[in-house]
Amino acid sequence: MTIDVPDAPPVGLTAVSLREVSKVHGHGSGAVQALDRIDLTVRPGGFVCVVGASGCGKSTMLNLIAGLDTATSGQLATTGRTGLMFQESALFPWLTVGGNVELAMRLRGVAKLDRKQRAADLLELVHLPGLGAKRPHELSGGMRQRVALARAFAQDADILLMDEPFGALDAMTRDLLHDELERLWQDRSFTVVFVTHNVREAARLADRVVLLSSRPGRVVHEFVVDIDRPRRMEDPEVSGLAGEITARLRQEVRRHAV
Amino acid sequence: MLEDVNTPPTRPSPTGDALDSELSGLDALEQPTAPRQPFLPRLWKATWPKLAAIALGLGIWQLVVWSGHWPEYVLPGPATVFRELVREFQSGVMPKATRITMTRAVQGYTLAIIIGGFVGLAVSRSRTLRSAVGSLITGLQTMPSIAWFPLAILLFKLTDAAILFVVVLGAAPSIANGIIAGADNVPPILVRAGRVLGARGLNLSRFVILPASMPSVLAGLKQGWAFAWRSLMAGEIIVIIANQPSIGFQLQSGRDLADAPALMAAMVVILVIGILVDSLVFGTAEQVMRHRRGLIDPSS
Repeated sequence: MTIDVPDAPPVGLTAVSLREVSKVHGHGSGAVQALDRIDLTVRPGGFVCVVGASGCGKSTMLNLIAGLDTATSGQLATTGRTGLMFQESALFPWLTVGGNVELAMRLRGVAKLDRKQRAADLLELVHLPGLGAKRPHELSGGMRQRVALARAFAQDADILLMDEPFGALDAMTRDLLHDELERLWQDRSFTVVFVTHNVREAARLADRVVLLSSRPGRVVHEFVVDIDRPRRMEDPEVSGLAGEITARLRQEVRRHAV
Repeated sequence: MLEDVNTPPTRPSPTGDALDSELSGLDALEQPTAPRQPFLPRLWKATWPKLAAIALGLGIWQLVVWSGHWPEYVLPGPATVFRELVREFQSGVMPKATRITMTRAVQGYTLAIIIGGFVGLAVSRSRTLRSAVGSLITGLQTMPSIAWFPLAILLFKLTDAAILFVVVLGAAPSIANGIIAGADNVPPILVRAGRVLGARGLNLSRFVILPASMPSVLAGLKQGWAFAWRSLMAGEIIVIIANQPSIGFQLQSGRDLADAPALMAAMVVILVIGILVDSLVFGTAEQVMRHRRGLIDPSS
C-alpha cells in the first residue's frame, strides 16, 4: 500500500528516522520478532502518535529510539537529545520534586545555582509552582506526570518519547494533561513520539498517526491528522478519525483470530 | 476591530486561564487533607506500648523470683539488680566498662561497614563475583560467631584484634548482603528512567541504584549491628584482657564470684544498649526514610 504523506520530510531534516529497523528478542527457537522492518520518519517539531494492539512492539520501538536498547538490524538516527516518559512517572522517591527535576541537569553538569532556578521555572511551566520541596508520593498521579514532563524538559530534550504517559490517569486529569501537552508543544518546538493504545487520544493529539500491526510490529498505515488546534476529545472530526483508525486496527486484530 | 475571515469558529480554548484554574483546582482537590496530630499525643502514642512491654517484662521477672523456684542469691529480683546498677554507675565501674565495650563496638562495626560495603558493592556490580562469592557470604552469615574464636585467638592471641576480627566477620556479611539484595530489587523502571536522564556506569550506581536500595541497605546495617553486638559480647567473655574491664568482663566475673546481682546488672546494660542503638539509630533512620518515600500508610 502506498500512502501519500504530505509532511514526510526530506532525508537529513528528520528528528527521528528509522529505516528497516527490526528487533528480535532472545535467540534460536525461543526468539521473538518484536519489530519487523519499521520505517518511520518524524520531522523536527512533529507530533506522531503510534497506535497498535498489544504485542505490536510500541515500547520496544521507544526503547530503541531512546538508546536504551539496540536494533537487531536496520538504521536508526535521532537528531538531538531524547527524553522518555512512562505510564508511571518513574520519579525517584528518595528525592524531592525539585531534586528530581534537578538531577536531569546535574547529570549534564549544570551548575548548582542554575539548576535551582531552572527547576523552579520548569515546575512553574507545568503548572506546579512552588511544589519543589514536596515528595513525589505527596502528589497525585496527574501532578507526578507533570513533574516527569518537567524532568524531561530539564534534560533539554528535543525529542520527547512518551510511552502511554496518561494511560493510568482518570479521564478528567487526562483531558487536562492533553491540553497542557498541546500548549507546551505549541510554545516550545520539540518533537513528540507518543505511544498509546487509545485511538481517540492519538486523534486528539497527533499530526500523524502511525498504525502498527502486532507480532511482529510493522507499520501498516499512516493517518495524517488535519484538524485545527486546539482540539478536544469530543470534537466530531476527532471522533470521526478515531473511528477510522479503530476500524483499521480491528482489521489488524482479526488477522490474529484462531 | 478587524476580524480575520480564516479564523476557525471560536471554541472553548484549553489554553490560557481556563486551563490554569482547572489544573490548579484539580490539584487542590487531590491534595491529602489529613490533619496532623499534635506532638505530645503522637509521642505518647509511640511510647506507651514500649513502656507497657517493659512493665510486663519486669512483672514476669518479679513473679518468677516470687515463685521461690530459685533462691534470691541465684536469681535476684528487679529491685536488687536496679540497686546494684545504681551502685556500679556511682562507683564508676559500669561507665568505664561501657566506654571500653562501646569503643570496641564502634571500631568493629565501622570496619565491618567498610569491608562489607566494599564487598557488597563489588559483588552487586559483577556477575562473576556474584556466582563466585554470593553464597559464601550467606554461608558466613549463618556461621555462629563463637565458632571463630579459637582461630581468632590462635591468630591474634588474647588481644583486642581477636575480638574485632570476630565482630567484623559477624557483621560484614549482613551488610554486604543488604547491599546486594538492594541492588537486585531496584525497580527496573527507575533504572530505565536514570539511564534516559543520562546516568551511566558509576553515576547510575551513585544517583539511582544506591539510593533506590537504601531500604535494604539499612536493613543490612541493622542486622549487621545485631550480629556485631552479639559477637562482641561473646568475644568479651572469651577473650579476657588485663586492665580492660569491659561489660562482658563484668558478666563473666559476676559468674566467677557468684555475684548474681552484678551479673544481671551487666545483662541489663547489654540489653538496654542493644535496644537504644536499634531504636535511636536504626529506628529513626528507617522512620525518616519511610516518611520521605511515602511508605507509611497515613491512616494508620
